[in-house]
Amino acid sequence: MVAYIIRRLIAGVVLLVVMSIVTFALFFASPIDPAQFACGKNCSPAMKAQTAASMGYDDNFFAQWGKFAKGVFVGRDFPDDPKLKITAPETIAHCAAPCLGYSKERTSTVTDLIKQTMPVSLSIAVVAFAFWIIGGVLLGVIAALKRGTLIDRGLVGLSLVLYAFPTFFIGLLLLKFVAIQWNWVPVPEYTPIAEGGITGWLSSLLLPAITLAVFFMAGYVRMTRAFVLESLSEDYVRTARAKGLPKRTVTFKHALRAALTPIVTMAGLDFAGLMGGAIITESVFNYPGLGKLAVAANTDFDLPTLVGLVILLASFVIIANIIVDVLYAVIDPRVRLS
Amino acid sequence: MTIPASEMEGHAVPPLGESEEGVAGKVAGRSPTQLAMARFRADKLSMISFYVSCFVVFAAVASPILVKIGVFDPDGLNQDKLNTDLGGIPHGAFGGVSWSHPLGLTPGNGEDLLSRLSFSMTYSLGIALTGTLITVLIGVVLGIISGFSGGFVDATVGRFIDLTLSFPQTMMLLALAAPTVLLIRKDVSELPLLGFLENPDLANGLFVVIILSAFGWPPVARVVRGQVLSIREREFIEAAKLIGASRKRLYFKEVLPNVWAPILVYTTLLIPAYISAEAAFSFLGVGIKPPTPTLGNILRDSVSWTTADPTYFFLPGIVLALTVVAFNLVGDGARDALDPKTHR
Repeated sequence: MVAYIIRRLIAGVVLLVVMSIVTFALFFASPIDPAQFACGKNCSPAMKAQTAASMGYDDNFFAQWGKFAKGVFVGRDFPDDPKLKITAPETIAHCAAPCLGYSKERTSTVTDLIKQTMPVSLSIAVVAFAFWIIGGVLLGVIAALKRGTLIDRGLVGLSLVLYAFPTFFIGLLLLKFVAIQWNWVPVPEYTPIAEGGITGWLSSLLLPAITLAVFFMAGYVRMTRAFVLESLSEDYVRTARAKGLPKRTVTFKHALRAALTPIVTMAGLDFAGLMGGAIITESVFNYPGLGKLAVAANTDFDLPTLVGLVILLASFVIIANIIVDVLYAVIDPRVRLS
Repeated sequence: MTIPASEMEGHAVPPLGESEEGVAGKVAGRSPTQLAMARFRADKLSMISFYVSCFVVFAAVASPILVKIGVFDPDGLNQDKLNTDLGGIPHGAFGGVSWSHPLGLTPGNGEDLLSRLSFSMTYSLGIALTGTLITVLIGVVLGIISGFSGGFVDATVGRFIDLTLSFPQTMMLLALAAPTVLLIRKDVSELPLLGFLENPDLANGLFVVIILSAFGWPPVARVVRGQVLSIREREFIEAAKLIGASRKRLYFKEVLPNVWAPILVYTTLLIPAYISAEAAFSFLGVGIKPPTPTLGNILRDSVSWTTADPTYFFLPGIVLALTVVAFNLVGDGARDALDPKTHR
């Protein structure tokens, strides 16, 4: 087990290195000059050259990547010039240890930008996750137990229809009608726990979380239903029924237990993807999360921020993959690690 | 997901009693394909969805012609039919529904909504179908090679899949949109035979297709690989190897025909997924831009008229949802028909 985890971790690190190189290569090959945008409007060639030097854009591809990788572990300075550090330390922006880059447009390190926006994305992800897991699994089990009845057809049909509407359509529907037109809930605006307490925080997340949860729930209802139906037809469930166990025990302890394994896998990966910010939901509700940051960074070609975000999100997914694989082996004793 | 051998025999071989009487002519053997199609036809919901999908495809094919001969006019501005006092909302009930404009007009511009929605299918379906085709092609080829070869090749493809899946798709889409479209329009369009890519619509559409297929193939490759792993051990592969079949023959003549069922199912499910992906991309400002209509950019425009012109807000969303549901149900129906073991 330990050997397996170590092997997976090493593979994960290698994957992360390769993926960051590919990301760099993709942005390096782009015909857009990052120095031009970092320098801003009315930029003279001399100023542009200076910006390129200070951001390290004048180096070759591997040197740029090397500096980035070094910055992640020991931090780096922009511009990285020891002479300037003595003569004019105020012109140097220091980017501390887990340095994912420095955004000239936002005059802030990417790490700081992420620290500011991450709580918002994480909050939406956590609340939405709770909604869709509880709702999706519960409705899926109900549909499976009432198989073939009107309830089953209704649930499956509804999930299919809801799944077909794009996220932004549902989000705007909730925002414009539920919040603004009918005034059922206040217009959502992100409030941290420190300001509004748990209830304030939760109610501010209600609509965005529902928007996201609707999208994911549809898939989970159908998936849970299929898996539960499959395990309900297994021999051991018949055995459990035959020896006279109560129906509830058979359903939840025997049938659902076996169906849960693939659902946990899916849920882990979906959650990891969401931590990186629900770009569309955050745009609809105008929540200052990672997704909104990505959209803004893209609008003004803020390359360092984009690269930092892409690499951060990829590492979430890679880590989640490892955790899920290990969890899988823990949950399901039949899985052999190889 | 292959059709079990027992079932094929059960239908292909005439029942004993009848063959003894010598009426073999009456009992026609049915191929697994025919059986699957019969099962599909017996399912009412699947058939309705199939007709709806056909209608959508028909609209996509016919619209350019109808635009050309002047029946549809997706770009014509009917400013005289708009109420300028209300900020450009069409005169009349339900967003200006009339005989000449059966679905009303778009507020602000006064374009005919029916023409736009119908013509948008051409672009949206075009993007979805091209994307699906490329995705499936990459996935199937890599899946077969990786599953059949095993060892180093399999491991390499596996790592390649991990790498692709670790990229955040939407963020890459946003980040790469502007530079890639620029690259396509400036440099790629100078290559011989690719001059048509200077057209902004085609360049933007191509970019969406590239992103969709670049990040969409891993699941296809995984499914195909899983199937190939079991087919690889079957006797007919052994036999083909013994008679000295080439690799190409093994891959595409022996293995491929045995995995087409899951591929077909996956293809029909990818199309609706890509149609809604195009809409989501449009909302983020990536993809074909108006006045050229796609389902996505009509929706993007319509969502700013939620309460002012509800007809215009709801209609495009409902059309999109209907299309996606119909294609999804066809995919589900195909899966049930091809694999009678699954329960709905």
